[in-house]
Amino acid sequence: MMDLIHQALIRNGLLTGFIVVGALIGISYVLSARLTRGRLHGSAIAIFGGLLLAYVGGRFSGGKSGIADLPAFAGIGLLGGAMLRDFSIVATAYGASFDDLKKSGLPVVLSLFAGVTVSFICGVGVAFAFGYRDPVSLTTIGAGAVTYIVGPVTGAALGASSEVMALSIAAGLVKAILVMIVTPLIAKAIGLDNPHTAMIYGGTLGTNSGVSAGLAATDPKLVPYGVMAATFYTGLGCFLAPSVLFLATRWLFPG
Amino acid sequence: MIIYGVALLAFCALLGLVVGDTLGLLLGVKANVGGVGFSMILLLVLTDALTKRGGFKPVSASGVIFWSGMYIPIVVAMAAQQNVVGALKGGPLAFLAGSIGVVFSFALVPVIARIGRGKREGGS
Repeated sequence: MMDLIHQALIRNGLLTGFIVVGALIGISYVLSARLTRGRLHGSAIAIFGGLLLAYVGGRFSGGKSGIADLPAFAGIGLLGGAMLRDFSIVATAYGASFDDLKKSGLPVVLSLFAGVTVSFICGVGVAFAFGYRDPVSLTTIGAGAVTYIVGPVTGAALGASSEVMALSIAAGLVKAILVMIVTPLIAKAIGLDNPHTAMIYGGTLGTNSGVSAGLAATDPKLVPYGVMAATFYTGLGCFLAPSVLFLATRWLFPG
Repeated sequence: MIIYGVALLAFCALLGLVVGDTLGLLLGVKANVGGVGFSMILLLVLTDALTKRGGFKPVSASGVIFWSGMYIPIVVAMAAQQNVVGALKGGPLAFLAGSIGVVFSFALVPVIARIGRGKREGGS
């Protein structure tokens, strides 16, 4: 009987995903109302719950895709995968104000360059503090601090060691997860309550999953503005890190 | 019909992603540059134009609104498949490299936002 249910869950993975996520969100909203009197948004708790599930799943399966590596929960992989994520993010733009988007053009470009450069410098600084001296490793870890896609793309282009690549990806993951958790907590302090600031936020933090989840947990109305800016961040990082930023790093630390 | 909205949304999403991939290729960058952003602009422009001509009825719009509402559940599912174990395995180096940048980036947000707002008030 148990086996029969298990098989049904696996065969109808996407439906299982709907139920798991629906239940998780339901529990989170109850917790939000009872324990925090609504101060911590239900979706913020749900996203944190998702990360906990990812940890448990990763521990049990030894894989890289969190809970989605367990066969019964593979549908969550489809539900939260790149295809449906992009599809629904685009849908959030429906009803957004085109004028608000146009007004913030120049500051957003500034925030993109500032965000990539600042994250990169911090990553290089930490790598240096931990004893790395060769420019390729420093650049790869710095690029990982930009996003977990910029890291391995840069490392592959420069020929970094696999140990450094793994560290670089881990740094990017830490960033994404931290942005998801911290954004709703400090939204007020950084004035994140309007489309303009949301775009600057998206351009400065830039990690797609972090920004999209962080804004969802803060105010869903701001999602399209932040994501619109963030969508250029990883591309810019992949462009700057192996070129200008690598040359600058090599000039500072000839190795 | 609902499918019109869903189909239009899928068309915009796909076309934007193709544009982003093409831009990445042209720039010699191994990543999608601005794909979702282009998709969003396309959706805004097309729904606006169609609504003005009466070709995008509320029923069609509900196909878009449904997927917009599915956004948070999808993000929760995305969180549930992050490599959290991998992030923790990176140890203190990965944690510090990832988090110090986040602290500085957050601190930059109000600074840059103020620059933009000051300019806007001066300009208009």
